[in-house]
Amino acid sequence: MRNDLISSALAVVVFTLLLGLAYPLVVTGLAQVAFPNEAGGSQLTRSASSAARGERAGEVVGSRLIGQDFRGRPRYFQSRPSATRHRADATFFNNLGPNSRALKDRFDANVARYVRREGVPASRVPADAVQFSASGVDPHISEDNAAIQARRVARVRGADLPRVRALVAEHTDGRGLGVLGEPGVNVLELNLALDQAGSR
Amino acid sequence: MSASGWIEIAIYVAVLTALTPVIGGYLAGVFEGRVAFLGAVERPLYRLLRVDPQGGQSWRAYARTVLVFSALCFVVLYAILRTQTIHPFNPQEMSSGTWDVSFNTAASFVTNTNWQFYGGETTMTYFSQMAGLAVQNFVSAGVGIAVLIAVIRGFAARSGSSLGVFWVDFTRAILYVLLPISIVGALFLVSQGVIQNLSAYASFSTLAGGEQTLALGPVASQEIIKVLGTNGGGFFNVNAAMPFENPSGVTNFFLMLMILLIPAGLTATFGRMVGSRRQGWTLYVAMLLMFSVAVAVVYVAEANGSPAQQLAGIEGGNLEGKETRFGIGSSALFSAITTVASSGAVNAAFDSLTGIGGLVPMASLSTGEVIFGGVGSGLYGMLLFVLLAVFLGGLMVGRTPEFLGKKIEQREIKLVAIGTLAVPFLVLACTAFVIGTPINAPSVYNPGPQGFSETFYAYLSQANNNGSAFAGFTGYSQPNGTNEGASGISWADGLGGVAMLLGRFGPLLVALAVAGSLAGKRVSPAGPGTMRTDTGTFVTLLVAAIGLVALLTFVPAFLLGPVVQGLSDQLF
Repeated sequence: MRNDLISSALAVVVFTLLLGLAYPLVVTGLAQVAFPNEAGGSQLTRSASSAARGERAGEVVGSRLIGQDFRGRPRYFQSRPSATRHRADATFFNNLGPNSRALKDRFDANVARYVRREGVPASRVPADAVQFSASGVDPHISEDNAAIQARRVARVRGADLPRVRALVAEHTDGRGLGVLGEPGVNVLELNLALDQAGSR
Repeated sequence: MSASGWIEIAIYVAVLTALTPVIGGYLAGVFEGRVAFLGAVERPLYRLLRVDPQGGQSWRAYARTVLVFSALCFVVLYAILRTQTIHPFNPQEMSSGTWDVSFNTAASFVTNTNWQFYGGETTMTYFSQMAGLAVQNFVSAGVGIAVLIAVIRGFAARSGSSLGVFWVDFTRAILYVLLPISIVGALFLVSQGVIQNLSAYASFSTLAGGEQTLALGPVASQEIIKVLGTNGGGFFNVNAAMPFENPSGVTNFFLMLMILLIPAGLTATFGRMVGSRRQGWTLYVAMLLMFSVAVAVVYVAEANGSPAQQLAGIEGGNLEGKETRFGIGSSALFSAITTVASSGAVNAAFDSLTGIGGLVPMASLSTGEVIFGGVGSGLYGMLLFVLLAVFLGGLMVGRTPEFLGKKIEQREIKLVAIGTLAVPFLVLACTAFVIGTPINAPSVYNPGPQGFSETFYAYLSQANNNGSAFAGFTGYSQPNGTNEGASGISWADGLGGVAMLLGRFGPLLVALAVAGSLAGKRVSPAGPGTMRTDTGTFVTLLVAAIGLVALLTFVPAFLLGPVVQGLSDQLF
C-alpha cells in the first residue's frame, strides 16, 4: 500500500510533466512552425479592395471555419440558423427533442421567413436552411440552399447571376477525398469574395 | 440517404478491419516485451518510480495499485480544477469551478467517461485542459489497456498466478502506443485546420458589422487523445461538432477511425496472446455485427426525419443539430461509433436525434459498452459476456463450460453475474430514484418522454463511462456563461460522479478477479465434445447473450422514452 502510494505520487508528477506540459507545448511549437495559419484558427483578413467603407485592410474579419450572422443583410448569403447567434466563444446545442412543439413552431417560422426572403414555394425549402446546425457556427450551407439564395443576392446587388453562381462554385468545399462527409458552400468566404468582386 | 453515405460506412468498416491485425499485432508485441525500442527511457523511469519491472503482481496487488493510482489522480485533478485562478496559461482569466461540478468532472476524467457538465471554452483554463483533463485522457486510457492486458494474461496463463506488473503495462501503453500516435495525429489534425495555440480569444467585427469572438487554445493535442483513448471530453462545449475541433469530412473520418482503432485492435491482441488468432477474430466479428446494425438503424432513422420536421413540411431528413459538412451519413456513423465505443465524443446534438435514432446510442450503451467499448475496458467487459455465453452453451449441451481449455466454475460465474448486472442495476436505480423525486427537475430541459430520455441517458452514459449526452440535461447553472457566479446542481453532479466511479471500478475489479481465478487453472486439451468458441455458432450465442441481458434489463425504459417518440407524431 505504502509502496503503491509512493510510486503513484511519483507517476502523477512524471506523467503530468510529460503528457500535460511537454507534449502539448511541443505540439504547439511544431504546429506554429509548420502550420501557423491553421494553428491560429484559419483567420481571414479584409483585402485592400473590400475594405472600402472606412475599414482597414489587413484587419481580421473572421475565420474560414466559423460561420457568421448575416441576417438583415440581403446582399449577403445567409448562414444556417444558429441556436447561439453564431457565438464562437460559448457554444451549446439547442437540445429540443424530435417531438417538440417548440421545435415545430420554430421550423414553421423559419420556413415562412425563407419563403418570404427567397420567393420559393415552401416545398422547396432546403432542410439545412431552416434547421439549427450543431455547433451554432456551421461555416457551410448546402449547395441547394446556395443555389436558391444566389438569385436574391444577384438581384439585390445588381450583379450577373452566372457570375454569382461561379463564385458559389468556387467557394464550395467538396466531400473529403471525394466521398467523406457532404459538400458545403463556405458562406463567409463567398460573401467576402462577392464584396471584393463588387468593388472592382 | 445518399450512396456516398453508405460508401463512407463501407470504407470505414473495411479500413478498420484492415488495421485491426496491424495495431493488434503491434500491441501484442509491446505487452509481450518483443517491442522494446524505448528501453533506454523505460529503465530509468522504472527506477525513478521504484518499480521492479521483472516482478509479478497477483490480481489483488494489481487491483490495489490501480485503485491507489486512480484515487491519487482524482485528488490531483480535483485540486487543479478548484485552483484555476493561480494557473499559468490562463489568458481568459477563468475562475475556479464549484465543488460539485469539479467533483463530477474529476470523476468523469479519471474514469475515462468524460461526461461534460462543464462548458470547455467558458470554464476551463488552458492549464486545466492540458495538465488536468488531457493528462487524464492519457492516464485513464493507459489504465484501461493495462488492466485488459492483465486480464488476458489470466486467460492465457499456463501456470502461476502473476498477471504482470501494472506500472510496466501502464508505462508501455503510454510510451509505445498513446503518445506517439497522439503526436503524429495532432500534427495531422492541425494541418487540416484544427487549432493549436495558447493565445487569448480573438475578437473582431464581422463582415456584416457584428461582433464575434473566437475561442482558441491547444485543441489538436487534446482532440487526438480524446478519440484515441475513447475519452470524448470536448475542448469545446459542442465537442467535435465545433469546426475548430473537427473542420472537415476528412478530419471527421480520421477521428472516427481513431476512436475504434485500439478497441478493435485489442481483439487481435487478445487472439495473439491466448494463442488463437481465430478467437480474436470471432470477438471482432461479433462486435462488428452489432455495430453494423446500430449504424444502419440510426442512418435510416435520421434520413427519415423527425415528427416536428415532417409536420412543418420540411423534406430532406433530420439536419437539426447536425453540421452541413457531415450531413446525415457522417453524423449517423459518428454517433454509432462513439456510443458502441465508450468515447462519447459527438459531432451532432443527440437530444435532437429522432426517437429511433436516439434509441440506437441508448441500446449501444445498454450492452455495457462491450461492442468495441472503451480502450481495454470494452474487451474485458466483453470477456465477461463470453464466459456467460460459454456458461449458457454449457447448460444447453450439458457439459462443464470451458473457455480456452479452462473450466468455468461457480466462482467465475458468480463474478460474471455481478460484473454484467451491477452496472445496469446502478443505471436503473439512479434513474428511478431521481425520476421519482423532485431533485431531478432542475436538470431536465425537454418536457414529456424526451425529458425522461435525457435523464435515463444521463445515468446510462455516466455509469457505463461513455460520456455522450442528451445535452439538455444539465448539472451546472451558469448565469454569466462562465464559472463566475455559477452554481452546480449538486444532486445531479454528485450522483452522476458516484455512478461513474462505481461503473468504472466495479467491472474492472470483477474482471481482474476472474482473471486471477483463471490464472491458476490447468488447461485441458480440447476433446471431441468441447464446445468451440471460435465459430459462427458461438458468435450467434454471444450476441444473443448480450442482447438478452440488455433487453431484459432495459426494454421498459426504452419504451418510456425513445420508442414512444419514434412511433408517434404526437408533439409535446
